[in-house]
Amino acid sequence: MSIATIGAASVHVDAEGFLTEYDEWNEDLGTQLAARIGIELTDVHWRVINFLRADYQTLGETATLRRVSIQADVPVKELFRLFPGKPAKKMAYIAGLPKPVGCV
Amino acid sequence: MRRLLVLGAGTAGTMVANKLSRRLDRAAWQITVVDQDDEHVYQPGFLLLPFGVYQPDDLVKPRRSVIRGGVDLVRGEIDRVNPELNEVLLGDGRRLGYDYLIIATGTTPRPDQTPGMLGSQWRKSIFDFYSLDGATALAGALQEFDHGRLVVHVTDMPIKCPVAPLEFTFLAEAAFRARGMRDRVEITYVTPLPGAFTKPIASQQLGSMLDDRKIAVEPDFMVERIDPETKTLISYDEREVPFDLLVTVPLNMGADYIARSGLGDELNYVPVDKHTLQSMAHGNIFAIGDASNIPTSKSGSAAHFSVEIFTGNFLRHVQGLPMTGTFDGHTNCFIEAGDGRGMLIDFNYDTEPLPGSYPVPGLGPFGLLRESTRNHWGKLAFRWLYWHVLLPGRPLPLPAHMSMAGKHVPKPPDDPDNVMTKEQP
Repeated sequence: MSIATIGAASVHVDAEGFLTEYDEWNEDLGTQLAARIGIELTDVHWRVINFLRADYQTLGETATLRRVSIQADVPVKELFRLFPGKPAKKMAYIAGLPKPVGCV
Repeated sequence: MRRLLVLGAGTAGTMVANKLSRRLDRAAWQITVVDQDDEHVYQPGFLLLPFGVYQPDDLVKPRRSVIRGGVDLVRGEIDRVNPELNEVLLGDGRRLGYDYLIIATGTTPRPDQTPGMLGSQWRKSIFDFYSLDGATALAGALQEFDHGRLVVHVTDMPIKCPVAPLEFTFLAEAAFRARGMRDRVEITYVTPLPGAFTKPIASQQLGSMLDDRKIAVEPDFMVERIDPETKTLISYDEREVPFDLLVTVPLNMGADYIARSGLGDELNYVPVDKHTLQSMAHGNIFAIGDASNIPTSKSGSAAHFSVEIFTGNFLRHVQGLPMTGTFDGHTNCFIEAGDGRGMLIDFNYDTEPLPGSYPVPGLGPFGLLRESTRNHWGKLAFRWLYWHVLLPGRPLPLPAHMSMAGKHVPKPPDDPDNVMTKEQP
């Protein structure tokens, strides 16, 4: 674990740059994290990010693609367009959450 | 009489009913198990059946024959659970009341969930092997397959026995070599994961075994649909993988009655406390084996180790005492590597599979995360243990909790999936 400076903020991150403290995140930080991986956030992006944040607070784990698709009502195909390549990881990264485990 | 109702007489349901019937006071407890059919299938055999190691009859016994006398076995389809009334409604209208409910209806492959999978090519050039009829049909198809593209595919995680598709791939590669036709077959392993397996050290080892065998890997592939006309897998990000023979692991889901009863997550798995297996929503409901959402491999091994912990907890719980045992996610499994060799992995919630020896440090007899013929024979011998020790609920001399003794921790490989290092400008 280390400290990263993102914009004006200093935050705790893991070896891959995922935030480790839920409360250190804010929307401004989300925008900057997205920019780092080449994503400009639109309203649909925010719907997904806000769902992930709220869901994590309830369940204590990062939602899978399937869960996001069903619960936030965004088709999986659309998630791949919004967060190209590795949508589950990119969503979690921008939302300041641990990368989803799900896969064991 | 206090009533314990177990839904599902598979590996976990049978073990738990048999164990508790040995420990609960028979005069004070009625134990009932419900299942929709009377065939208990040795599921680890599905992997070897397509290669002619087993015949279908070698893998099936009547459920009654593996459940202890004194346990009631009810045959029927489950329509729904009504947790407010503490009762289960069966499809034919029968109602079964309970004081404690154990959900053990596992997970099931669902080819209907991927468009095109059940189309014109199902069981012609598209096969699954996680069912007795699927594995049997695949045995015939493999016999006839003499050249072309074999694609082994996983739809999404989690799946039952997550190493089985890799084992199938190794075994098929070895079988093609033995038949002198390896050079006429292209093999591709298509996975939604970033690499061969879920955990980095084992993934690196298994990935290099795929490389050594000239098996291509198509990672991060989330299938959207299958086109049966062109025989192509198509992903959400529009990659295409053509096949002549597709061996797929369909989406795995818990039973539909769990959704109807409002007890499941989006894949119909029951959310439980991962250490006690108690439902997050209802104090008198537990989910064991593959039916729960615990973050460990869906496998008979995890079911076995968790049932060991669960049994002690349940006996305390019904006396009004706190549950003191905690399940650590312990799982181990033999991995067939082909050519009569196998590997063994042993892990839990916090510790990924590591090299070493098991169960005795330094001596084994089984080697962890390395190939040996002894591991292969261990896998074959396991069928006897399953019927005669595990299912009857007899003690197996292996600790339920994972041990670090005998394991070595190598330097972790670089994560191939690192968003930051790969894609940061």
